Amino acid sequence: MTPADLETVYEALAEKLDAVDAGKRELYLAKLALLLAHELADADRVRQLMAEAANNLAV
Amino acid sequence: MRPAGRADTDSLYFTYPHFDPPKDRSRLAEPAPVAIVGGGPVGMTAALALAREGIRSVLLDAKSTFNDGSRAICIARQSYHILDRLGAVEPFLKKSLGWTMGRSFYRGRQILEFEMPDSPREKFRPMYNLEQQYIEQFLWDAIEKEPLIDARWQSRVTAVGDIADAVRLSVEDPNGSYQMDCDWLLAADGARSTVRSLRSLRLKGANFEGRYVIADVQMDHDYPTIRRALFDPDCRRGGTILVHRQPDNIWRIDYQLRDGEDEAEAVREEIVRSSVAAVLAEIGYSGSWDLEWWSIYSANTLALDDYRDGRVFFIGDSAHIVPIFGVRGLNNGLADAHNIAWKLAWVMQGKAGSALLDSYTPERRGATLDVFLNASKSARFMTPPTPGWQLMRDAALNLALSHPFAGQLANPRQMTPYSYADSPVVLAEDPGFSGGPSPGAPMPEARVGDGFLTDLLGLGFSLIVFDAKLADSLAGLDLTPVVLQPGSEAAEVLSAAPSSAYLVRPDLHIAARWYDATPDAIRHGLGLATAGGFQ
Repeated sequence: MTPADLETVYEALAEKLDAVDAGKRELYLAKLALLLAHELADADRVRQLMAEAANNLAV
Repeated sequence: MRPAGRADTDSLYFTYPHFDPPKDRSRLAEPAPVAIVGGGPVGMTAALALAREGIRSVLLDAKSTFNDGSRAICIARQSYHILDRLGAVEPFLKKSLGWTMGRSFYRGRQILEFEMPDSPREKFRPMYNLEQQYIEQFLWDAIEKEPLIDARWQSRVTAVGDIADAVRLSVEDPNGSYQMDCDWLLAADGARSTVRSLRSLRLKGANFEGRYVIADVQMDHDYPTIRRALFDPDCRRGGTILVHRQPDNIWRIDYQLRDGEDEAEAVREEIVRSSVAAVLAEIGYSGSWDLEWWSIYSANTLALDDYRDGRVFFIGDSAHIVPIFGVRGLNNGLADAHNIAWKLAWVMQGKAGSALLDSYTPERRGATLDVFLNASKSARFMTPPTPGWQLMRDAALNLALSHPFAGQLANPRQMTPYSYADSPVVLAEDPGFSGGPSPGAPMPEARVGDGFLTDLLGLGFSLIVFDAKLADSLAGLDLTPVVLQPGSEAAEVLSAAPSSAYLVRPDLHIAARWYDATPDAIRHGLGLATAGGFQ
């Protein structure tokens, strides 16, 4: 994925998160995570990325 | 519980028999080879299985009739194989409703339709629905024809004591009390087992939060025998509902109570009626209905540490309580009964070493722990315990509305029979095989001629071979040879070569298998499977 592509995704996700009902943001992200995981079709890789996303949350 | 004005056994569709206490008092105190406490489905199955092996038993039950209410209604394929072995399956097949399919709905929309494994090579369907009264009735009909079973109703056990090489029971019925000795005691007296408390034993384990009301209604509802699960329905937001069809136009409605919902209030007749009415509206039924029976339960996972206590064996709910949505309470109880019955008979008849009895706990408690594992998965989906589980459950259900793959997360996958691979009386796997069932697994089914493979198995151990000469060389052994064609459907199911052999136990579990079998290896396997019985 090119930096430009990533930027497109980044912007679209930001807009989507603003567009969905504030109370449904978590649900939306959880659904998205399941969809992306299914698309990636690699459970080990998904779990690794899950662990990486949990880094530095307290910073 | 039943509607106001109706007695416990006043059913809309079933006539409960009345059983008197024993009339002839002259032989009550005579010793029995085996006594069974509890005449429910598990105790009756144990008595029938012992009789099948030629063992006499006394069956004691405190009640004067069958259990009230429909209770356990799902009988799994493996249980039908057990009933078939006992020669009792015919009335079950006639009355019950076989099914293979389940549908799950989220907020009123279908998100999953699943089929349980089935094929023309199976003699029985994966699941059958039948009210427990009928289960007890049909087993009782078989018991009445069985001279080896002495059934005593209204007979309450008040004391259990160990004496030299026997167990001494004190029994009370309305006409008197007496003591009787038995060589072995099977405690099939249910979740609140008297024998268990008389032995000062306790179930251990955990409680889940989920509490459910189960209610039976009679109605002319036009829907096939398909199990329906409703997640987060309008009529019970945040809860889960199960709907099952039973014979006699009886429908089981099973709904979850909300956190903080008062149990005493939830089982009040008016509340049950309005809750049921809301479910019926949800599934689109608008006709008339009668309330038959209801009860409440919590999803517990509790078991004894050891199912054996000296000469006492615990079978069924006296040994383990499992959550209802795995449909494993009754089915595992029947498997317990079948498992201990042949082992006890073989040891009593000197055909097996006494160590065979020590395989009962690891095999059957292992099955319970396996249920616990699956049940806690189901429970976490049906009743998410924390915000994380709740969010992922809701995300899966919501995603399933548009993407069927996510609906698979709602598939209960409840029907994999347990394998005794780790049992001390099951031989290690032969690495020569590249498929087929491993030792410890239940025998798979296959069509043979006009019938099925299981029809060919003997009462005791059976040896499946594909070479008649191998069977002939073992003619002296007490087992039933089953010679099948190489390349047949059975050979394919078993991944067997012409030189392969399977040793099958009386309870239809595989004791051992050899890709290249020799008479010596088979003799050795039979010796291990019977804890030295053939040596």
